[in-house]
Amino acid sequence: MSEKKREEVLKIDHMTMQFGGVVAVDDLNLVVRQGEIVSLIGPNGAGKTTAFNVVTGVYPPTNGAVYFNGREIVENHPRGKMKKLYNGEHAEDYTKTLAPTPDKITKLGIARTFQNIRLFKSQTVFENILIAEHMRRSSNLFTATLHLNAAEEKGMRSEAERLLGILGLEDVRDEMATSLPYGKQRRVEIARALATKPSLLLLDEPAAGMNPQETKELTEFIGQIRDDFQLTIFMIEHHMDLVMEISDRVYVLDFGKLIANGTPEEVQNDPHVISAYLGVQEEG
Amino acid sequence: MSKKTEVIINVALIGALFLVLFLLEQNLPSTHMLFTVLKKGAIYALVAVSMNLLNGFTGLFSLGQAGFMLVGAYTYGVLTIPVADRANVYMYFDGGLIQFALHPIIAIILAGALAALFAYLIGLPVLRLKSDYLAIATLGFAEIIRAIFQWDQLGPITNGSNLLRNYPSYKSVLFYFAASGVCIALIVMLINSTYGRAFKAIRDDEVAAEAMGINLAHHKRIAFVVSSFFAGVSGALLAMYQTSVQAAMFKSAMTYEILLIVVIGGIGSVTGSCISSFLFIILSEWLLRFLDTETYIGDFHVPLLRSGFRKVVFAVIIMIIVLFFRQGIMGTREFSVRSIYNKITGKSRKKEEGGAAS
Amino acid sequence: MDWLSKNLPYLMAGISVGGQYALIAIGYTMVYGILRLINFAHGDIFMCAGLIMVYSVTVMPMYLAIPFVLVTTVLIGFLVERVAYKPLRSAPRMSVMISAIGVSYLLQNLALYITGGLAQQYPTIPWISDVITVFGVTTKRVTVITPFLVILLVVSLVFLIQKTKIGMAMRAASKDFETSQLMGIKINSVISFTFIIGSFLAAVGSLLFFSNYTGVTPTVGAMPGLKAFVAAVFGGIGSIPGAVIGAFIIGISENIIKGLGWTTFSDAFTFALLIVVLICKPTGLFGEAATDKV
Repeated sequence: MSEKKREEVLKIDHMTMQFGGVVAVDDLNLVVRQGEIVSLIGPNGAGKTTAFNVVTGVYPPTNGAVYFNGREIVENHPRGKMKKLYNGEHAEDYTKTLAPTPDKITKLGIARTFQNIRLFKSQTVFENILIAEHMRRSSNLFTATLHLNAAEEKGMRSEAERLLGILGLEDVRDEMATSLPYGKQRRVEIARALATKPSLLLLDEPAAGMNPQETKELTEFIGQIRDDFQLTIFMIEHHMDLVMEISDRVYVLDFGKLIANGTPEEVQNDPHVISAYLGVQEEG
Repeated sequence: MSKKTEVIINVALIGALFLVLFLLEQNLPSTHMLFTVLKKGAIYALVAVSMNLLNGFTGLFSLGQAGFMLVGAYTYGVLTIPVADRANVYMYFDGGLIQFALHPIIAIILAGALAALFAYLIGLPVLRLKSDYLAIATLGFAEIIRAIFQWDQLGPITNGSNLLRNYPSYKSVLFYFAASGVCIALIVMLINSTYGRAFKAIRDDEVAAEAMGINLAHHKRIAFVVSSFFAGVSGALLAMYQTSVQAAMFKSAMTYEILLIVVIGGIGSVTGSCISSFLFIILSEWLLRFLDTETYIGDFHVPLLRSGFRKVVFAVIIMIIVLFFRQGIMGTREFSVRSIYNKITGKSRKKEEGGAAS
Repeated sequence: MDWLSKNLPYLMAGISVGGQYALIAIGYTMVYGILRLINFAHGDIFMCAGLIMVYSVTVMPMYLAIPFVLVTTVLIGFLVERVAYKPLRSAPRMSVMISAIGVSYLLQNLALYITGGLAQQYPTIPWISDVITVFGVTTKRVTVITPFLVILLVVSLVFLIQKTKIGMAMRAASKDFETSQLMGIKINSVISFTFIIGSFLAAVGSLLFFSNYTGVTPTVGAMPGLKAFVAAVFGGIGSIPGAVIGAFIIGISENIIKGLGWTTFSDAFTFALLIVVLICKPTGLFGEAATDKV
């Protein structure tokens, strides 16, 4: 299948994110296509997580737009105080403000994990995953409280059970999520994201803190869920072997600016990347 | 133990409780201290559970409970004073504006509804605030509510800062247990529903909850409004129990007391809140009363004992719990027939929960 | 001119009360700046200062009683922090706040026990309680000297914070608690020192406040305490000049509202102001914005 034919799942257009005078993401343009695994790499503080946060609605961008499956989901332009502070371009290209809250973005079909694992700490693995079913409820406060939604409740539970089965987490079903070893917690977090039934999955450093063995398992796991759940995956990662092995394409950010993109091989040999990034490569 | 057996045992226990209460009422004088304690305990249990729904289960640190109780208490009083008595009660306001009286049960429900309406409106701005700012803003709103209800211009409705009295009230302890019991059961059912799970997710991690598709503003508002509804109902019950009511009693100190009850019981435990409410009331109204009376053993004058000492002892106990037993009586655990059964038979808690997650 | 002479008493009372709130507000704002804790017990410490004065003048002359009040109040503030807040240093913020509410409850009940629930008459402090006439308004001297005393104290406090070593440590701790600890700052002494200053200023505030409003009851600290807190939030919590300006604004507005005959709402106004500030500009007039990292 040629790249052109695949549909664009995620498109980021001229995204700029400025905190006061600090430019975290500077005029970022990128595309993620159907079924791809695309990695976003770059040194610490390059603005990768910020880009994720904009896509998932944690904060509105200063300027630019985000499209999901061809539909615009986020747009903003410098307003108020930002008007004076903004020093990027393309400010006139955008006129409206479209800033949905993260839950709305999740409902559209974009799920994410977090750099520093954010599991619900007082709850079991099963309960962590069950929460995702809440957004598809048809019951309201009254029917749910009076337990008139028994059928729906049963459906929610069996759906969560099913997911645990597929992802091989049955054996830790009733463990407190945060009592699990680190690698398992990451996996639960991915499972929880999958429970929202996304078509696009954003992984924020899924291999952070993992040893080589765990990283290898994770690499397989990511490939597997992409196929099983027909996902498109967009991920931030520092582990180069993981990135190079499973990515279809790679984008490189440095100081908020896109400095290279292409296949893993192309990026690896790009002189900008070598000077800006690989020169100060992370250990591990 | 099957779910069916559990239900049967629970129903039987509740039945037995009401039977015991009924027999007590038949055989003891109605002025007995026990009834005071039981009625007040039931009312406080409801308001403590309603506060726990917010602070313990949704993670919203709100200190507005006294304000919503006030709304409930006044709604009940204002709507139920018999028309014939109004001229007397509203003597400074020509008998007041309202010239009808509703059935007490309807008035109780309206009391909750009005408190919920207030909560909805207050929630619009304040629920965006975080932790301690939310606490201070809700505390502030409770004070504003109190000022408004005491305002002379509203006297024809609220009787200004004067007492509301002569409204009907149920005397039987059974009524208070039934009303409070039904409300607490509803709150428990809410907590165990999919909405309850969403609340707990918000408590544990707002950012992650939002990423799981939970609309924060919507769910926080629901928790706030529901909690206030039941605070309003408990206010109505308190008004009924006291037979007269005045805005001046619903001060922030009252909210603090309820908060401390919740803390003693365990933040995040419904049964904990109920147990500690009764404990609190029993101790403060009954068992520790002796601390307030000057006592002589023979010729020896027991030092320290005089009016007010009880509350000091109380406050010290509370501080000890807050500092050294932060989990409170129950932590986040619940007391249930099943948990006792499991303890006796030695079944692991984990397996049980897995098999029969309610 | 007629309007002025009619409203000058309210304006002067407002400035005076504002100054007294300012002295309490500094305690809130400094503690919040370092511990991110609303010290609910601060208003009650102010009340304690009032009660200690009431009882100490019965056993010692006034010139001893005043320093005695200052010292014991500072001691109470210091002990409250050591006993009720220090053990919870690593606990969730909610626990510390609950502990603060517990302390407030304890101090109020203790006061209730000691006073027997009756309002105690505050002693007349010579000179500052003298009745004088300014611009045709008859008032106590305290009304006039309060703003000057407040400004003097605030200037020396700002000097202390900007120029001394402990002041630098305090600034560092309020910027970043953990890092300043790593940098070798003795965080517990800094916190104790913060409570000592806060309690000292609250004690001075109580001397001035109760010279005007002479009834000391166990709950007398609650309202000025909350208002001072609002002032701190209004000015931008963590900022001392902000707290002072906020306190003056609240004191003056409150008295103007009283002057208009809306006494019932003078307290409600303060909270309405708080809520408006929190919603429109949560960081207050001089506060710094802080964002949560995701």
